[in-house]
Amino acid sequence: MLVEIENLRVAFRSRSETVEAVRGVSFCVGKEKFAIVGESGSGKSLTARSLMQLLPGQAEVSADVLRFDGIDLRGASESVMRTLRGKRVGFILQDPKYSLNPVMTIGQQIAEAWREHKGGSRKAAMLAAIGLLEQVKIHDAAAVAKRYPHEVSGGMGQRVMIAMMLAPDPELLIADEPTSALDATVQAEILKLIDELVSARGMGLILISHDLPLVSHFCDRVAVMYAGRIVELLNAGELHQARHPYTQGLLACLPSLRHPRARLPVLQRDAAWRGEETQ
Amino acid sequence: MPVLKQSVSALGSLILTLFGLSVLTFFIGRVMPTDPVLAAVGDNAPQAVVERVRTEMGLDQPLYVQFGHYLNQLLHGDLGRSILTSNPVLSDIARFFPATMELATAAIIIAALIGIPLGVWAAVRQHSWIDQTIRVICLAGHSLPVFVLALLSLLLFYAVLGIAPGPGRQDIIWQDMVPQVTGFLTVDSLLAGEYDAFWDALAHMAQPVLILAYFSMAYITRMTRTFMLNALSGEFVITARAKGLSSRRVIWRHAFPTVAVQLVTVLALTYAGLLEGAVVTENVFSWPGLGQYLTTSLMNADMNPVVGATLLVGAVYVLLNQLADLLYRLWDPRVK
Amino acid sequence: MTFFSRSWLLADSPGNRRQAVWGRRYRLWLTLRSNPLAVAGLVVILLMLMLALFAPLLSGFEPGAQHLENRLAAPSALHWLGTDELGRDVWTRIIYGGRTTLGMVIAVVLLTAPLGLLIGCIAGYCGGVIDKALMRITDIFLAFPRLILALAFVAALKPGVESAILAIALTAWPPYARLARAETLQFRHSDFIAASRITGASPLRIILRHIMPLCVPSLIVRVTLDMSSIIITAASLGFLGMGAQPPSPEWGTMIATARRFLFSEWWVPLMPCLAIFLTSLAFNFLGDGLRDVLDPKER
Repeated sequence: MLVEIENLRVAFRSRSETVEAVRGVSFCVGKEKFAIVGESGSGKSLTARSLMQLLPGQAEVSADVLRFDGIDLRGASESVMRTLRGKRVGFILQDPKYSLNPVMTIGQQIAEAWREHKGGSRKAAMLAAIGLLEQVKIHDAAAVAKRYPHEVSGGMGQRVMIAMMLAPDPELLIADEPTSALDATVQAEILKLIDELVSARGMGLILISHDLPLVSHFCDRVAVMYAGRIVELLNAGELHQARHPYTQGLLACLPSLRHPRARLPVLQRDAAWRGEETQ
Repeated sequence: MPVLKQSVSALGSLILTLFGLSVLTFFIGRVMPTDPVLAAVGDNAPQAVVERVRTEMGLDQPLYVQFGHYLNQLLHGDLGRSILTSNPVLSDIARFFPATMELATAAIIIAALIGIPLGVWAAVRQHSWIDQTIRVICLAGHSLPVFVLALLSLLLFYAVLGIAPGPGRQDIIWQDMVPQVTGFLTVDSLLAGEYDAFWDALAHMAQPVLILAYFSMAYITRMTRTFMLNALSGEFVITARAKGLSSRRVIWRHAFPTVAVQLVTVLALTYAGLLEGAVVTENVFSWPGLGQYLTTSLMNADMNPVVGATLLVGAVYVLLNQLADLLYRLWDPRVK
Repeated sequence: MTFFSRSWLLADSPGNRRQAVWGRRYRLWLTLRSNPLAVAGLVVILLMLMLALFAPLLSGFEPGAQHLENRLAAPSALHWLGTDELGRDVWTRIIYGGRTTLGMVIAVVLLTAPLGLLIGCIAGYCGGVIDKALMRITDIFLAFPRLILALAFVAALKPGVESAILAIALTAWPPYARLARAETLQFRHSDFIAASRITGASPLRIILRHIMPLCVPSLIVRVTLDMSSIIITAASLGFLGMGAQPPSPEWGTMIATARRFLFSEWWVPLMPCLAIFLTSLAFNFLGDGLRDVLDPKER
């Protein structure tokens, strides 16, 4: 088991009130492709970030179990986290417009990730960076390496992000809505790329998204989150057998070419879902 | 070629602004005083002199003609003559300005070397006691007039502790003993190999420089803190941390470079502000610089030096800003 | 029916516009009140204002009354802060000096804030040549450090309080114009302005009734923060002999005349220094607090 989480809670405390954004989430991830799906505000991003301790300062994290490869991450020090971040766990953010350093060239950013964990000379790191850019299927990698992030398209920027995070050869990749900021045509390409690379390297994948059908094609297991809890956890192939009304509602309101309907059903929310126990 | 076009338009803008400066100084020097002649020669000048100067100054002619003459004189480097020193204002300025520049340059270097790291530190440790302390120190810098701190410093270090040297740039024994090369006494004395003179000059500089540095530091630290807080909230900082980089690297190799170029503009603005602080500081420490020249001329209603020095300071500020702008364009890849 | 009670002000759904407006103001006040430094600043400023207003009641002495036999006396029960080089009571001169200083500051703000606001809003709203011309003029004034330009202006007029006020005012308006213009540019293209235009409002009416009020909060913050700078400039002018002239008890002037006693009877020049520092600091604290309340994104 790469990741073991039990009863994870993330709370934000302000002067007047405390808001619990993640309310008792539990799951395990091995060398598989695991998806966390939910709408905005369901707490899926926070769950992923709490694993790497990349939450904003005011967030309070607590869990019964929070382990990576057997290492207890609860209250782990920065030096322990730094042995994990990058080297063993990669993290892809959503929008390359903001998540890439605007004043460093693409090549420099990837080379830095390489050099930090593998050492070597600057030249070797830059050559490796160019090699990685080719692995993520960027044409003319040497020229792109000299460019700045604002000079490339969104899809290319996300490929750069993937290359940067795969440089140290991690065991697990966490992708936080990697395609949400991209055009629809590019989304499938990027997911396919992630899929191929993760399979080829034998890595685990935690994919976070709000797009249920998209992830069900690429992942082995899916967790559906609502209001800070996991309401359903099943294999991707068995989605049509979903039992929770929220999941059923999500699946039902997807338009289908094969079974066209005059009116799409609307998801009716039930307040009881907020208090549902996790599976 | 867009770079050329940009440069030409920047140059045009610069010339227009400098023109505007000359209009304003003309206004101050000739139009505002109730009687510019009396402002120029003083209240006690004999009538004959007043009449002669009136014709000389062309005050019997329409305003736009007068301005034309003024502009013409400016372009030839003629800023008029000082009543007190009876030298041309331009040569007076050339003599006094290096002393002020020496103070300002030393002050800004110290202010930047201390202020920028402090600002970064305050941003990284936002809301902590370090942040609060730094903010209070900067706030005190904004709440004190320069001359108050100068007087306090004089009281403490000269009168009470007795470790500071007397007024002026150097002790009397060193007066005129160091050949002038740059006008910076410290540099000149090093070049001449006169190490005692160097230490003497440095000792005299210490108080005014440190005071000026403190005031500029207040501004620099605050701006650095604001910029860094902004940068540290960016997503790319999370990426850098996710890569497993050390905090130091994340702060200085990722967050800081994005603000470095904005700091150049801040430093340019600060340098101009230092010229303002120098006016009062030189008064307190009897430093023979542009500020002293300005205030002495002021107290004796000698308008030409006042106008000339004001124009110079304004021009320096405008040029510094243009320079900062140019550096910004060259440096920041996002603007290219 | 106005019950300015706490519950009325904090009601979740205000019944009428008046309640909403006052409710909002009350909430802003509560936020400001939770900031100890800002409250301290406000208290000090109010205290200074009271001292200045009621100066004759707070001291038995005349600010100009000289008692040369008692010059440079140390602080005592009779003379709380001692006497200066002409035997005048320092405490009296400081609170009367507060009148001069605060009076100058208020005069400057009343002159410059509306003017700067108007110029900035016009420039931002009209755009084009008017904007460029007004901003060029603003830039020219901004090219000079404040004190130096004020000195030049005062030298051209006759040194004195009125000239100082005018000179400082001439240097103080550009930042407000810039600020107002930046704020105006944000609202210029918004829908509610377009709606006003469609209903036939003239540009002047739009500027005066719609745009200017929106710029007021950040202007208030800026003005408060600027007050400390204006106090310091006024004191610097006084120190250089260009502001209020002796025997007027302006703080900067007092320091200048007492300067030569710095090493012996240090309280004479130092008390006005303290007065300047405290007033300036108070305005800075209040301004910072106001900024957190009215314009939080600016921190």
